[in-house]
Parts: sequence; structure tokens; C-alpha cells
Amino acid sequence: MIEISHVNKWYGPTFQVLKDCTTSVAKGEVVVVCGPSGSGKSTLIKCVNALEPFQEGQIILDGIKVNDPKTDLPKLRARVGMVFQHFELFPHLRIIENLCLAQEKVLGRSHDEAVAKGNKLLERVGLTVHANKYPAELSGGQQQRVAIARALAMDPIAMLFDEPTSALDPEMISEVLDVMVDLAHEGMTMMVVTHEMGFASKVAHRVIFMDKGEIVEDALKTDFFGSPRSERAQKFLSKILSH
Amino acid sequence: MFDNLDFDVIRRSLPYLFLDGMSFTLMLTGLSALGGLVFGTLIALMRLSSYRLLGSIAGLYVDFMRSLPLVLVIFWFYFLVPYIGQWLTGASRPIRVGAFTSSLVTFIMFEAAYFSEIMRAGIQSISKGQPAAASALGLTYAQSMRYIVLPQAFRNMLPVLLTQTIVLFQDTSLVYVLSIPDFLGAASKVAQRDGRLVEMYLFAAAVYFAISCVASYGVRRLQARIAIVR
Repeated sequence: MIEISHVNKWYGPTFQVLKDCTTSVAKGEVVVVCGPSGSGKSTLIKCVNALEPFQEGQIILDGIKVNDPKTDLPKLRARVGMVFQHFELFPHLRIIENLCLAQEKVLGRSHDEAVAKGNKLLERVGLTVHANKYPAELSGGQQQRVAIARALAMDPIAMLFDEPTSALDPEMISEVLDVMVDLAHEGMTMMVVTHEMGFASKVAHRVIFMDKGEIVEDALKTDFFGSPRSERAQKFLSKILSH
Repeated sequence: MFDNLDFDVIRRSLPYLFLDGMSFTLMLTGLSALGGLVFGTLIALMRLSSYRLLGSIAGLYVDFMRSLPLVLVIFWFYFLVPYIGQWLTGASRPIRVGAFTSSLVTFIMFEAAYFSEIMRAGIQSISKGQPAAASALGLTYAQSMRYIVLPQAFRNMLPVLLTQTIVLFQDTSLVYVLSIPDFLGAASKVAQRDGRLVEMYLFAAAVYFAISCVASYGVRRLQARIAIVR
């Protein structure tokens, strides 16, 4: 589904953020990307739907080359859902309008169709009563669940999560992770940048460990948690799991 | 000193002052603000675009307009617009353009420079995550601007835009150099016809002051309301 091969990216002439990154996510697979901050994991996931350009290598999404100038990027992006660290709901629109806008403007669904779909997804994330509120009236956890519903409303073929729980208070993390676990169990293809190792050990098929722009380790979940091969991954795991 | 003042001249000329003068002033202010906002937003988008050339053209335009006294621009446009019209249409002689059209074009062009800087600040005040989220949903650049970025930028900037419009309302009085009967022009016509300069100019000042004051108060109220909603 997602094929990333030999991707190199520089900021400016000298600072290389991604170094020869190669990996893939198969259909129905859940891949967790972790690593210390500044390791390039967010940048890599943003390259997948071309929110970030990269200079070398290629990424193929469902058979379409992302970094081909002829690719219709808006059309391609509409097929992949993305959830951001800071939710990025549209503050001037009501919750239901947040869910409907792209359905109508991008997919060309009728307003009634979009509202029906939106309500169904709000029910799924348990937020039906908030449909007519504005994002600022909701808690962080609720906003992030709306953001997931907004992405799902587009019937995506895969979902990208960029640190979806990093900006949340601890008591709100589980309500967001619950939604993501359900999604994974339904067989959604997911690429998730996160530090939530509990989530990784529960639903991930594979774990990718990045450091300084490189993919240091790309292993099956059991191998990664059982016996990480690289020293850097061992260090990272011991730090993150010690508390 | 005020013995020989005749304030009745004001009462007698009220219909002319307001029905002709003030309605012209308000119309010019309203249309200029609207046109300036549309044109200004376009310039702001040009300035923020990733095409360097568009950005420099827009920047040059803004600097140019903001470095010239408004009176001079009004004058120049009044004499230039007929020739530009001739050049554009290929007519054999300069196109006749009414004083209203000429001053409207001037104010739109001039105010666009100021509005564009306000809108630019407004657009830059929106976090980068918003257009990123819009793109991730498949919205095109134009759709993201229209539905996500500009509505928020406009809302953030509304008080400043309205304040600029109040300044514009006062600036429209400069069309007197074209002897157009806007509110000030009408007042000065009556003043000179009846020899009542002091009365008429005092009254004109009072009217501009009152309207601007009330409008500023309205903007402050609106600002407080927007602040609560957030």
C-alpha cells in the first residue's frame, strides 16, 4: 500500500533530515514509527502524503508515485486520512461542518449525504451530542476523536497518525487510543508516529525505530520489544519503558 | 466674536449636505472599502505566494502606493484614467470618466495597498497546521484559502479592517480637490456661496467627528464580543 524507497530530504543545503529511508506498509498492516524527537519520524510520515517535499528517492501510495509532478496531489491526499498532533480542527466551523466540508467540496457528496456520514462517525467516536458545538468547546481528547472521524469521513484507504496523543493530558490519551485500537482491529492500514509503546505492543504488526533521520530498526513487533538489534534502539526502549 | 454667526444656514442646507454630500461620501467609502478589500486580499495572496516574481510585483505596488500622498494620487488618477481608458480600448480620444468613477478607482487602488498589509498579517496569524489539515483532506490551494484560511484571517482582522475603513471615511474628503460635492465639498460650496465659512466648517468637523467616534465605539464593542466568543 505504502512503498517508501531511498528517500533523502534536506532542509537547506546542508541539514539532512531523512537519510536513505526505505520501508513499506502493506494493506491492513499497522506500523508504529518511534524514535527520539528530531529523528525525522514526523517528517517521514508527512512525506507519504506529500505535505513535505523530499529531494531524492520515491514514495508510492496505492500504485501512484507521490513525488511525480504529474500526480494530482489533492486527489491523492483525499484518499489517505491524516491525524495531527494538534488536532487542527477548523475553529470557525461547527463539529459537523468540520466533518462535512471536504466530503462535499472534494468528494462531491450532497449535503444530506455528508451530514448522515458525519453523524454516523460522530456516533462511532461517541460525540454525537457535540455535533453543533465549535471545536474550542471540546476537550483535547474529544477534539482529537473528531479529527479522526473527520479523516474517516473521506473513506480513506489508509490512515496516517502524526503523534496523535502527544499534545493530550494523560487522562485523555486512552479515549483516543481506544478509537485507534478499534480501527486497527477492523483492518485499517495505519502508519502511526507515537511514543505510546503500550499501543504499539497491543496492535502494531511492525515497529520502525528512527534516529537522526535514519531508519535504524524495522522489525516485527515481537522482535523489536523482545530483542532490539541496535544499541540505539535498546537505549531508547530502556529509557521509555523504565517508568 | 460669535455675534455675527448665522447657524440657520446649516438648517437650510441640511438636505443638500446629507442627501447629496453625505450619501456620496458614504457610497464612496463603502464601495472603496469593498473593492479595496477584494483587491487587497489578492495582493496579499500574491505577496505570500511562493512565486518570487508575483511577490516582488505585489511588494513594489504596496510600497509605491504607501509612499505617495493620497491627494497626489487622486489628482494623478483623475488626469490619467481617461488616457488609460483610451489606451485599453484603443479609442481615438481620451475616455470621459466621471469624477465618481475616477475617485472610486483611486481609492480602491490606494486602499488595496493598506488592506493587503492587514490581510497579510491576518493570513500569517493562522497557524501552518490549518492549511496542512485542509490539504491532507484533499482540498486544493484555492479551496483551502476560501474555506479555511481567509474566513479565519478575516475574522481575526475585522476590527483592524473596520478601523482602516473609518480612516478611509475621513480620507474621502480629499476628493474636494476635484471639486466633487462629497460631504465636505458640499459644505464648502454652501460656505462660499453664503459667506458662512466658520459655521459650515465647524459643522462639517462636528459631523465627521461624531460619525467616526460612534463607528470607533462600535468597533470596540465588536472587538469585545469577538474576544468572548473565542
